[in-house]
Amino acid sequence: MAETTTQAPAFEALSLVPKADGKQTMKDFKSDQEVRWCPGCGDYAVLAAVQGFMPELGLAKENVVFVSGIGCSSRFPYYMNTYGMHSIHGRAPAIATGLASSRPDLSVWVVTGDGDALSIGGNHLIHALRRNVNLKILLFNNRIYGLTKGQYSPTSEVGKITKSTPMGSLDAPFNPVSLAIGAEASFVARTVDSDRKHLTSVLRAAAAHPGTALVEIYQNCNIFNDGAFEALKDKEQAQEAVIRLEHGQPIRFGAPFGAERGGDGLGSKGVVRDQATGDLKVVDVTAEGTDGVLVHDAHAASPTTAFALSRLADADTLHRTPIGVLRDVRRPVYDTLMAEQLEKAVVQNGKGDLGALLAGSDTWTVVG
Amino acid sequence: MTSQVSSPADQQPSPGSPAKEVRRLERVIIRFAGDSGDGMQLTGDRFTSETATFGNDLSTLPNFPAEIRAPAGTLPGVSSFQLHFADHDILTPGDAPDVLVAMNPAALKANIGDLPRGAEVIVNTDEFTKRAMAKVGYGASPLEDGSLDAYRVHPVPLTTLTIEALKDSGLARRDAERAKNMFALGLLSWMYHRPTEGTESFLRKKFARKPQVAEANVAAFRAGWNFGETTEDFAVSYEVAPASAAFPPGTYRNISGNLALSYGLIAASQQADLPLYLGSYPITPASDILHELSRHKNFGVRTFQAEDEIAGIGAALGAAFGGALAVTTTSGPGVALKSETIGLAVSLELPLLIVDIQRGGPSTGLPTKTEQADLLQAMYGRNGEAPVPIVAPATPGDCFTAALDAARIALTYRTPVFLLSDGYLANGSEPWRIPEPDELPDLRVRFASGPNHTTEAGTEVFWPYKRDPQTLARPWAVPGTPGLEHRIGGIEKQDGTGNISYDPANHDFMVRTRQAKVDGIEVPDALVDDPTGDARVLVLGWGSTYGPITAAVRRLRAAGEKVAQTHLRHINPFPGNLGEVLKRYDKVVVPEMNLGQLATLLRARYLVDAQSFTQVTGLPFKAEQLATVLKEAIDG
Repeated sequence: MAETTTQAPAFEALSLVPKADGKQTMKDFKSDQEVRWCPGCGDYAVLAAVQGFMPELGLAKENVVFVSGIGCSSRFPYYMNTYGMHSIHGRAPAIATGLASSRPDLSVWVVTGDGDALSIGGNHLIHALRRNVNLKILLFNNRIYGLTKGQYSPTSEVGKITKSTPMGSLDAPFNPVSLAIGAEASFVARTVDSDRKHLTSVLRAAAAHPGTALVEIYQNCNIFNDGAFEALKDKEQAQEAVIRLEHGQPIRFGAPFGAERGGDGLGSKGVVRDQATGDLKVVDVTAEGTDGVLVHDAHAASPTTAFALSRLADADTLHRTPIGVLRDVRRPVYDTLMAEQLEKAVVQNGKGDLGALLAGSDTWTVVG
Repeated sequence: MTSQVSSPADQQPSPGSPAKEVRRLERVIIRFAGDSGDGMQLTGDRFTSETATFGNDLSTLPNFPAEIRAPAGTLPGVSSFQLHFADHDILTPGDAPDVLVAMNPAALKANIGDLPRGAEVIVNTDEFTKRAMAKVGYGASPLEDGSLDAYRVHPVPLTTLTIEALKDSGLARRDAERAKNMFALGLLSWMYHRPTEGTESFLRKKFARKPQVAEANVAAFRAGWNFGETTEDFAVSYEVAPASAAFPPGTYRNISGNLALSYGLIAASQQADLPLYLGSYPITPASDILHELSRHKNFGVRTFQAEDEIAGIGAALGAAFGGALAVTTTSGPGVALKSETIGLAVSLELPLLIVDIQRGGPSTGLPTKTEQADLLQAMYGRNGEAPVPIVAPATPGDCFTAALDAARIALTYRTPVFLLSDGYLANGSEPWRIPEPDELPDLRVRFASGPNHTTEAGTEVFWPYKRDPQTLARPWAVPGTPGLEHRIGGIEKQDGTGNISYDPANHDFMVRTRQAKVDGIEVPDALVDDPTGDARVLVLGWGSTYGPITAAVRRLRAAGEKVAQTHLRHINPFPGNLGEVLKRYDKVVVPEMNLGQLATLLRARYLVDAQSFTQVTGLPFKAEQLATVLKEAIDG
């Protein structure tokens, strides 16, 4: 992407982060390090999208920090010309929590993978989400362990044949979006590495969100799990497989319901609420009409519908996978609350006086 | 409250009834023992505060089960608090109690074995029911079967007397009964001429929201005092004069190790002019530090109670990257979980304090008891060559100074540092001379602010791993500093640039450089206390064994023996003169509350035949026991 001229939206979440002096370009965010992912890896596309998107935020790049764990995706910080830490397996959300909660003037991003975030680091991920620390978590999900050369991951489909599961994996996978919603996340989105435009729009929404934002990025590992998301990328299949969510829009997908059939040109399938169970289901609107089709409300206070949407996807085939921002609600931000308590303590007790603290209230004096 | 202590003659503690005899003692050891729900720790704390205010030197040993409310009346449920106070300088909570207050048969049974003949025993006779005695295996009442003949037993119906004293308080019988610990405290306060105002105002403050309960406790406390004064069973009361000669001039307070350590951390943050950030997960016996620091947000202290031990240190490390004075507090099991992150901190070369309040291990071990068995874990418990400096406080009050020293090392050398306290120091307390803030060290650091290297092409650049030639510390460049954007990580880094490097020679160089940085940390020489200069036996300790070792050394010297003593504050690196000191003596005895971990390090490093003397009972050494061991070394 060339220079951006887009006026940065009001990124309330970043109001305490100093702004860049001049106009920035993608080049400003490229470090001098040679990118060492496998040729053809989906990570390249995500890196380009992030580097291309950063100038939009207009932040002083010295106030941007990328923190990662371990795995292929966790090499990401080395390639960003910002501050960065490539930490240890699974712990990036914890480390980033300490940084973000002590430095409200920073824009802190976590880059992690499905193994890093959901297996070894699962605990830190869910607790970061429930606390609502001002972090943007990019979860690269390739449904495989790449760096350790191809074992199944906590998002791999049941029965996956890998080096560690020659007869097929036995564990049921996590749906990261469902997990995040269950963990009280205030912002949850899903996007795909190959769709630069969609990916950028989701990054933009995440950056604007005050609190923890979880962005699951379906990312192709062309070495160990090539084509894992083909159903969502292949033009013919994608029509049936992808449910694009946009706030305020009816949830429709599938082949267009054209005017020739008396339709409105939107997808011929729609998501409606099953009146009997309260669950969501997919109906053919050409037969049943469009009246009952759900209008997506990312800001709904209750997470119920967002969760139900996340469950529409078939874990094996990925058909009916919602992408876009599933949930984006306002809730107090941990680091802000922490800073407020410090201010309140000063108001209540005065600024700390070390001499008075050490002396306490019960003393005696020994004279020479 | 401030009281003046100048000389014993100035102190006129209110005397008991004139008709009663008052005896002067140099020192007393009292142990309060009861059920874990009986409030023995509170009773002990109050007696300690009264004693501190009075101006005695003192040392305490709380000892309680890990269960919050162990089954009532059982031996495992006994909680005790031992206090040693004197008119002179003392070092330990004392070997054997002169007085035992036993609130029930279990407390008597669990503690009577520690008493010397002639000790006084105050028992709450109300609790000596058949059933309660049977529960702990007393077939017949020890109060009647002659088994206590060697002691001076005072049978007191504490429960009945308390209820009687509170019959007009409006409290239900059950609630009134709970004040019996204050009755006992009042009685002991009378016996030892303790000031009472502090306890009364403490009770009114503690129960400010329940004035009825506050007044009932005060009434029970006074009833206990009056009981002592009027009953014939207590014919004698005792005076222990203030220990004015034992203390250098100054203003003093009583302080526990965990409180002193918390204050040390706050002081370090103030002296470094850096915000304090604590990432921690609750664990006994370290949680008090989390609690204490959480109360001082007006010093800019951020406390983060994490989801687990790993996140506790992770958040601290993140805050260190952001320029905070970062701390994580834990005990042995927590250190095990934090090991990988400590290794990362070694690799990132960021300042970080790891406070380990050691307890009995392995595994969950003895959560409320003391031990020194994490030394080798702190020293070596990581993958790869990952040296970490180790600082160990010697007494409860010394935890303050040790915290400042650990912060100095972390900040100067950009390294994680272990601060190894233990359960005995954490919960024990002693008088502490309050330092003036201007006595404290200047810990200010300079963050990197611009390029530090010129490339061959003549470009000014920032190299995150270009070291200070003196300290070998790398620059601390915090996010928000323009032009110093850089990436660091746990993968081996190229010297200087900090870029990823798998080069064999570079790795060898970096491993040796990190070791050299820790080896080169400036620590003061070990001081040797050898008054005659010709002792042949050296006793060498570290950490909380300072009190009992020093008490043992004094006993031996008082008996005309010659023994030299050294105590280590720094274990990694060792003081520069340690090897020379060790070689000066024919024998080196190393008492430790583990199976000889320091001795192992000394033998490996200095090829010295250090003799280990070890104990892992969960309790501190007794001075007498160490004196015997040292005498054998001198004679042998």
